[in-house]
Order: sequence, then C-alpha cells, then structure tokens
Amino acid sequence: MITVKLFAAMAEEAGEDTLTLSWNEGMSTEDVKRWLGERYPALVPRIPAAMVAVNQEFAAGSAALKDGDEVAFIPPVSGG
Amino acid sequence: MKLFEIVEQAISVEQVMNKIIHPNCGAVNLFVGTVRELTKGKRTMYLEYAAYKEMAEGQLARIGQEIQEKCPDARVAITHRIGRLDISDIAVVIAVATPHRADSYEYSRYAIERIKEIVPIWKKEHWEDGEAWIGDQKETTAYPTGKPEFGGDET
Repeated sequence: MITVKLFAAMAEEAGEDTLTLSWNEGMSTEDVKRWLGERYPALVPRIPAAMVAVNQEFAAGSAALKDGDEVAFIPPVSGG
Repeated sequence: MKLFEIVEQAISVEQVMNKIIHPNCGAVNLFVGTVRELTKGKRTMYLEYAAYKEMAEGQLARIGQEIQEKCPDARVAITHRIGRLDISDIAVVIAVATPHRADSYEYSRYAIERIKEIVPIWKKEHWEDGEAWIGDQKETTAYPTGKPEFGGDET
C-alpha cells in the first residue's frame, strides 16, 4: 500500500489530506500522479507545480516506489 | 531539546536563543518573523500555517547542516509555529550563534531564505472578503527546475 499525503490548497480541493493506494509491483511516482489526477480531476492543474517527496525526501522526476512508501505532494511552499 | 521544531503554541524567542548560546560564540543573531497585516495593500485578518510536520523538521535540520558545512563553528536553532496566528504573532524564530558577528548575520539570512525554498510549510491568508493559500494560488511560484534548488554542495 502507498500512503499519499496532500497539503494546503491540494488537500482542500480533494477534501482529504491522507489517501491510500493499493500497491502494484513496479509502481513509480508517475503512477501515483496519474492516479491522483484521475481520482481528483480538480487537482490536475496543481500536480505539475507540486514537488513530490517520498518518505519525506524530495524526489525529482519519476522515482521508483516500494510497498509501504509515503508519497507527499508539496505545493510551492510559503513558510517563514 | 529539539533544535529544529514545528510547534503549535507561541514561540519564546529567549528559549530558542538559549539553545545555541555557547562559550565559543561571541555573537547570536536572532531573526523573528511576524505576521504582517498589509500585503500589497490587502489587509490580512489572520494567517493559518500548515506543515508536513515530520518532513519540515527534517528540512529545518538540513538547513542547520548546510550552515555547519559552510561555518563549522555555527550553532543553529529554528522554531516555526503553525496553526492560526494573529497580526504581529511570531511565526518563526531563527537563532544563529557564531564565534564572530559577520557569520551570524550571514547565516541567519541564509536560513530564512532556505526556509522559503525547501521547508514544507504553507500559509493561508484570511482577508475580510476571502482567503487563499499563498504560494500555490495567486502568487504562484512553481519550481522552475522541477524541484527546489538545493544549492550548496548538492545539485
């Protein structure tokens, strides 16, 4: 299983901040992005602007996943 | 004692400072970020901050490591508050202690700039006539290279 975390405007638009996705061998972050966009069409414009973190580390491009990973979508940040 | 913390209560500047005071350091620079009422002429009623807490604390620690790579004697503590904050409330405190003053100014500035780049914290402005998460709506700042710039020794 993959845990998907959403924040800020993405969480509000989805109405959820934590989602789960069943594991399929060979999954990558690209598969999670596609799944998220299909499940929440309102998020489609936001997905390309968000950075992806796997297990709390930024992952550039398409990263391979393993069962149990946590994939977070990080919209441009505005702390400070 | 946690040097890099996300908290939900008011931050004590002195407590953050006391974490890094050290006999080898003759300078402590404190940066205090507070909630501003007017942004581009628009009046904010209050702010709401949210964080990916575990990762945000890890990224704050990463900033501390980056500073220590540049200045091995530097001591850094950063606390960021989340939740609802009113005007003038303290949102972030950065304390940097170094043997001499020039480095403490430089790395305090470095830390706040890095927070705005690589730490997963978001603010939502609430106005009289609406609200918006900043950074991903009106003031869109997408990552031009597809990921935050890590700078330093990493590319």
